Amino acid sequence: MLPGSIRVVDTTLRDGMHSVAHQFTPQQMATIAAAMDVAGVDTLEVSHGDGLGGSSLQYGRAAASDEAYLEAVASVLRQSKLAVLLLPGIGTKEDLDMAANLGAKVARIATHVTEADISEQHMGLAKKRGMEVIGFLMMAHMAPIEIMTQNARLMESYGADCVYIVDSAGYMLPPEVRERVEALKAAVQCKVGFHAHNNLGLAIGNTLTAIEAGVHIVDGSLRSMGAGGGNASTETLIAVLERLGIDSGVDLYKIMDAAKLVDPFKTQPKEGPDATLMLGYAGVYSSFLLHTTRAAERFNVDPRDILVELGRRRIVGGQEDMIIDVAYELMQKKQKALSGKVMSPKV
Amino acid sequence: MNERLKVAIVGSGNIGTDLMYKVLRSPKLELCMMAGIVPDSEGLKRAVTLGIPITDKGIGPVLEQDGIRLVFDTTGAKPHMLHAPLLREYGKIAIDLTPAAVGPYVVPAVNIEEYLDHPNINLVTCGGQATIPIVAAISRVVPVVYAEIVATIASKSAGPGTRQNIDEFTKTTARGIEVVGKASKGKAIIILNPAEPPIMMRNTIYCEVEYPVAEGVVHSSVEEMIKVVHTYVPGYRLRVPPLVQDRLITTMIEVEGAGDYLPKYSGNLDIMTAAAVGVAERLVNHIIGS
Repeated sequence: MLPGSIRVVDTTLRDGMHSVAHQFTPQQMATIAAAMDVAGVDTLEVSHGDGLGGSSLQYGRAAASDEAYLEAVASVLRQSKLAVLLLPGIGTKEDLDMAANLGAKVARIATHVTEADISEQHMGLAKKRGMEVIGFLMMAHMAPIEIMTQNARLMESYGADCVYIVDSAGYMLPPEVRERVEALKAAVQCKVGFHAHNNLGLAIGNTLTAIEAGVHIVDGSLRSMGAGGGNASTETLIAVLERLGIDSGVDLYKIMDAAKLVDPFKTQPKEGPDATLMLGYAGVYSSFLLHTTRAAERFNVDPRDILVELGRRRIVGGQEDMIIDVAYELMQKKQKALSGKVMSPKV
Repeated sequence: MNERLKVAIVGSGNIGTDLMYKVLRSPKLELCMMAGIVPDSEGLKRAVTLGIPITDKGIGPVLEQDGIRLVFDTTGAKPHMLHAPLLREYGKIAIDLTPAAVGPYVVPAVNIEEYLDHPNINLVTCGGQATIPIVAAISRVVPVVYAEIVATIASKSAGPGTRQNIDEFTKTTARGIEVVGKASKGKAIIILNPAEPPIMMRNTIYCEVEYPVAEGVVHSSVEEMIKVVHTYVPGYRLRVPPLVQDRLITTMIEVEGAGDYLPKYSGNLDIMTAAAVGVAERLVNHIIGS
């Protein structure tokens, strides 16, 4: 059953930050945000790719501070709501307070699918600040459905207005999306959402499946900018929703115009689509792509071997340092195989 | 000298219980009391079995025992705020394993010598104990402009205290990196990984240094530091030796617990109890001599 309308959150200015190694300038963000505001996008997420406080050596430094980005975007919004992402363990309550002070109305608090109980304080603060709270269960494919729904219920008990299934690895296939959304809807009273990644080329298809299964909110990004293979392309999604007669409040031509603004930034990962595919295939966190490419070059190993090993070790989101660990180990093995021929990392 | 320092443990949870086994193994410490507030807690039951005097009335009975010179507090930040002035009043040294940070941050391998006379010693955080020695080892050979650590621990070894106050971990560890590690600026990230079987505690330490420095110099300083940490945390291991890339130095550490009470993968908890005993043992001669 298709709904009459759906809420779309655009994450070009958060997940899309991964595509530009977190190098958007505040001015660029403001320009893109203004175009999406005019197009009628309900909510715009703005943060470092790894959320508030994510600017780091582990994840990559952003071109500007969280404050600078939020100020720049808040100043141009007329109708869209400003959202921020926060991962407890990376960002803190201070960061959330700062965002609320600068006009963020939506707090998306993200944890690994099994670790919802680290979000209680942050959700509590966001509620206190009058923000809408969206719980993000990342890497949802990694946990059995009952564990996922238990964690969703925890988030609901902390005050979440909506809980998302986040397919961070772009691993899920449509039947899995349907099964998880239906289970989640049965488990919680609050709204539910879905965040897709396009690693296996299924972002739009999975998003549609989630809508059919009854989610209230879905995510997109312009030109599908985002970690790994990116997200569901917002402009494509809007076109598809129009064909289906589902109202998103977004003007198709205007969102297409907004999408043009990111063309200068949208670069094909230089390792080509294969590494992106491998993320989805191996079930690895999408933002590992860029770091894996760099490590593969530095340690002279095959990026696909790194991704498969990361998947095998059941590495979770945020563990970008393990890429170096795995690449270093693979280099050592290679070195041994070459019997004593000394290799060292490129600098 | 055969005289042992009389000590007590307050808090009979996981940390207190693991600490109990480590104290019992120490040739320099004598465990005179195990204090809790939950009569049928596993820690108190085990203490009884081991013949250690117990109380379920909290810190009170510990204060009343004149012979006890040093008290390990494993309760929580809020209780320790109450315990700290009492311990001071009764002339007992406090080793604080909570995030209360009433006293100075101490990492035994780095700065214990500065605080031998201090009545209250705080052990920063598990991430701090694991990573600050590396930051300090690098900052003693080249100024560290910025240090960032990522601690990954098994979900199973992160208790409710850590989970509900995860900001405390990141903020306290970042401060410890600056104050004890001597980095101009510190940042800490914590990640919980639910993989089965549980992973060992893993720590990545990124140091941005003021100017490029020879890899050999960094390696020997770090190796020397690891030897010192080893004296009190046997499961502390270099996983990836310092990789020098221009002004960025990346080092990875793995911490395997001793498996005293907590499982071996709980290196994050083990390093705290091991550091606590490390501090107490260093204080023994100092206190008994005075």
